[in-house]
Amino acid sequence: MTTYSAGSNLEKIFKSGKKAVTGECGPPRGADAEHFRHKANFLKGCVDAVNVTDNQTAVVRFCSLAASKILLEMGIEPVMQMVTRDMNRIALQSNILGAAAMGIKNLLCLTGDHQSFGDHPQSKNVHDLDSVQLANTLRMMRDEGKMISGTEVQGRPQMFIGAAANPFADPQEFRVVRMGKKIAAGVQFIQTQCIYNMERFHKFMEMANDMGLTEKAYIMAGITPLKSVGMANYMKKFVPGLDVPDSYITRLKGVPKDKQAAEGIKIAVEQIHECLAMKGIAGIHLMAIEWEERVPEILETAGLLPRPTVS
Amino acid sequence: MVIGESKPLAEILDMIKDFKKIVVAGCKGCVTVCNVGGEKEVAILASELRIARKAAGNNLDVKEYTCERQCDPEYIEPLDDLVADADAVVSIACSVGPQYVTARYPYLHVFPGINTTSIGGAVEHGVWKEFCQACGSCVIGEYGGLCPIARCAKQLLNGPCGGSSGGICEVGKGSIPCIWHLIYDRMKNLGQLHKMTEVKLYKNWSTSRDGGLRTSIREELKQ
Repeated sequence: MTTYSAGSNLEKIFKSGKKAVTGECGPPRGADAEHFRHKANFLKGCVDAVNVTDNQTAVVRFCSLAASKILLEMGIEPVMQMVTRDMNRIALQSNILGAAAMGIKNLLCLTGDHQSFGDHPQSKNVHDLDSVQLANTLRMMRDEGKMISGTEVQGRPQMFIGAAANPFADPQEFRVVRMGKKIAAGVQFIQTQCIYNMERFHKFMEMANDMGLTEKAYIMAGITPLKSVGMANYMKKFVPGLDVPDSYITRLKGVPKDKQAAEGIKIAVEQIHECLAMKGIAGIHLMAIEWEERVPEILETAGLLPRPTVS
Repeated sequence: MVIGESKPLAEILDMIKDFKKIVVAGCKGCVTVCNVGGEKEVAILASELRIARKAAGNNLDVKEYTCERQCDPEYIEPLDDLVADADAVVSIACSVGPQYVTARYPYLHVFPGINTTSIGGAVEHGVWKEFCQACGSCVIGEYGGLCPIARCAKQLLNGPCGGSSGGICEVGKGSIPCIWHLIYDRMKNLGQLHKMTEVKLYKNWSTSRDGGLRTSIREELKQ
């Protein structure tokens, strides 16, 4: 019998040996839950779990804990994101316990974007812990029943532990080592930053395989479909560590403007196939930013629907 | 040393707008070295204030003095005569200085003429950078002699984050080197890269500002 650390759907899919698919849904910049439900509905049944971002790019949105709870009510499994930028170890542990108590079974441990990029650049940041330490904290609370202070946890948070990795940041040769640190701290699944430079990602995965990391954690390739030439140029120029090769930009430029979205999806599907063929890739993390309605089509074309069920 | 930057003249003029007689007090310590609060800057600020107030038809009497240090009560004492008939003091020492002035003269208005920005040093002529956050428990020995607490925007102990590109931090519009990239290069030079695979656990922040006001006591020196 397979033993599970949290028993989330995502964990079950991974452990069954099938390729997993996660999506992403950002809460709105207001209390409009209907808008969030509307976007999330597109993902229902198409993915194994849905990431709920935690004030991504340091912009205030409704909190990931509440949004995760809404997904649960909708019958969608959340991957709750948690950043260490805004909360100290007291609040982080408290939110872990609260989230687990509400039935949230996947937690993605992140440091978070610096607040200078967000809508409140004058805010104070916390950074009591970093993402590696947050993962270690959850592992300790779940497996050892202890908080950072050593205090015993009354009711352990049963959560599947995730983290992010950016294969395209520098120093290049250290990126896999850092992912290894996260795994050593307790991380069980990794979702990568959006991949465009396939060559560099191949190298990253080779190193991950050589270091035995793909045996220790499930690595999901992060894919963000390009909606237009404009988006591709923006990603290339303004998102640090995101390397969009000119070949993709040329391809998008080569079709009429009203066909660019379709071409972007075609590229995404090709990338999904290429990634799934790589040794050590356990799934796809599809981040269709404000494009949730196209997720079913992308996954259908990629041959990833219907999603398997594992009891 | 302590690094500072001059406050805008308009801000200082606003602080002292209700006063007729002030003392501008400098310091011969750190702020002299970083060219923001020494004898020369005292003279410049005093002149600027006089000129601005004269132009506004509201003359200001400004006396000038530069203390040996402003972070020692005995060096504040020489201000006694100067402040006797003054309304206010503008101190251009680091923010420690004006607080020592405040402590000595309970009935005198005291204003800071500079912003204290960091504990750091000069990296080239006219450029100073932060090197320390006074966390009270120095860890640079574990990071190749470099400080991730003061010099990483996210204070990571397990960096670098995904925002490190070409040795540059994503924060600061290209002006800040990624300290974690420098730590990596340094550990490589020292043959210590294996240490960068270790998960660094929680920092004890109670020795930092978070633990409350810090007092250092040396019993053998106490009288």
